[in-house]
Amino acid sequence: MKEFEIFGKKDTRSGFGEGLVEVGKTNPDALALCADLTGSLKMDAFEKEFPERFFQVGIAEANMICIAAGMTVGGKIPFTGTFANFSTGRVYDQIRQSVAYSNKNVKICASHAGLTLGEDGATHQILEDIGLMKMLPNMTVIVPADFNQTKQATIAIAKHVGPVYLRFGRPVVPIFTPEDANFQIGKADVLTEGSDVTIIACGHLVWKSIEAAQELHKKGISVEIINMHTIKPLDEAAILKSVGKTKCVVTAEEHMINGGLGDSVAQVLVRNTPYPQEYVGVNDTFGESGTPDELLTKYNIDTQDIIKAVNKVLSRKK
Amino acid sequence: MEVSELEKIACQVRRDIVRMVANVSSGHPGGSLGCADFFTALYFKILKHNPENFDVNGVGEDVFYLSNGHISPVWYSVLARSGYFPVSELATFRKLSSRLQGHPSPAKHLPGIRMASGSLGQGMSCAIGTAITKKLLKDDSMVYSLHGDGELQEGQIWEAAMYAAANKIDNLISVIDANGRQIDGDVEKVLDLGSLDAKWRAFGWEVLSMDGHSFENILKVMAEAKSMTGNGKPIMIIMNTEMGQGVDYMMGTHKWHGSAPNPQQLEDALNQLTQTLGDY
Repeated sequence: MKEFEIFGKKDTRSGFGEGLVEVGKTNPDALALCADLTGSLKMDAFEKEFPERFFQVGIAEANMICIAAGMTVGGKIPFTGTFANFSTGRVYDQIRQSVAYSNKNVKICASHAGLTLGEDGATHQILEDIGLMKMLPNMTVIVPADFNQTKQATIAIAKHVGPVYLRFGRPVVPIFTPEDANFQIGKADVLTEGSDVTIIACGHLVWKSIEAAQELHKKGISVEIINMHTIKPLDEAAILKSVGKTKCVVTAEEHMINGGLGDSVAQVLVRNTPYPQEYVGVNDTFGESGTPDELLTKYNIDTQDIIKAVNKVLSRKK
Repeated sequence: MEVSELEKIACQVRRDIVRMVANVSSGHPGGSLGCADFFTALYFKILKHNPENFDVNGVGEDVFYLSNGHISPVWYSVLARSGYFPVSELATFRKLSSRLQGHPSPAKHLPGIRMASGSLGQGMSCAIGTAITKKLLKDDSMVYSLHGDGELQEGQIWEAAMYAAANKIDNLISVIDANGRQIDGDVEKVLDLGSLDAKWRAFGWEVLSMDGHSFENILKVMAEAKSMTGNGKPIMIIMNTEMGQGVDYMMGTHKWHGSAPNPQQLEDALNQLTQTLGDY
């Protein structure tokens, strides 16, 4: 199996922060709004460099989303930043009416998604946001895997016209995608080719999938890993090509099984050629306080769970 | 344009409203009739706008947001009557495949509409966003927004109110349609708002009062409001109106907030409203 070089370890939110400054330098129309979480979102560098284009809205997320929608009238490109829970669930109706239905060029950027937010507990650990956002017509949904990819995705969404949900997180995780990768919205990355099983993952679970594949490789199982950084529009061709070859698939995500990446993949397969699929995701339960690693283990979305799911799907294939 | 001309247009707008809602037996005539004079003054006298060449970005133009989107009939009528789209299209209101959706939306690309509204409480925030963009673009045109008084029960309105004052959004003129009624009854019975004047002043806004059924007063107060812009404060106009204004049996009650007249009631209404510009 291909060796993966680790270029360091950083949080994906810092990739967003750096990407946003790049966007600010190259696009004078880019604006940033934050609801009292500037430091947590790593938006302070943008604020410092472009104070006239940074808008502190206070703890008022509904107001922030609709101000952003209004800013597009006149051609500005607003990036909103807060935690994923407050970026989606709290403001679903505002996004639905003023951003998605009105088809406004707003970039909703969400940190601290999923269980890896950690000790703050279930009130803040949203596990439904991918589903909420992918159900909205006009919305593009992106979940990058590491620091480099989050930075590239931030730069890419500034050039994309239309509403975008960009989901990233808090923990420090390995950087394994190249700094100079050509990030393309809607184009999946096949990280390593294999013949026995396909793992399709997004976000923090991509690195976990690589760890799982390395262990499986030692047991003679050849894994193909797809980093599905864009949940919508989904790269259906990449799914069909890979699963058509391996004849089984495991999906892995830091999200509810209901409504997540796995559901989107299953939909593609049942409409084409169904193959056995196993889901690694949170199974219809809220999270709790704990360290990110403890939570990933307890809620069955860790490396060992991916390995178990691969073994199960392989047994179903036979 | 003389006040007598505006009065004629408003009468036709009221005919359009009752005919549109009666045609599909659905829609919101009460608030629409109550705001007919304001909309007529806005679109035929006050706004700096470009009906024949609608541009969603509205740079160099005044931008208007209707936050209480359910009174779409009055907006559609004045948009058509002022040249945004053919008057004949008013006949498609609320019908399948129409650009005139039950609640306004840019999704069908109807000229004049920049933002969807209907779910209440969002339009003031949107207006603030556009007001900020206008400042960034050094565009000295105005942003206007209209809200229902019942709509002020939505919490987001007060988020927007705080933001606009704290950030000196002084190129925004918001108007409340203070008709005192909402679907379930009188506003003060459903959820009493207390003193609107005191509330908006406490939130840091300049507050003016306006008679929504006197063109002389509408033009005077709107001009006064505009003269107060650029001084570091957002401006709120509390516009007193009568729900159902112009149709006797629709006035003095909340019952026509969201129900349409039957054919006989329509005839009764049309007998009270002179055809001035020709029906669509």
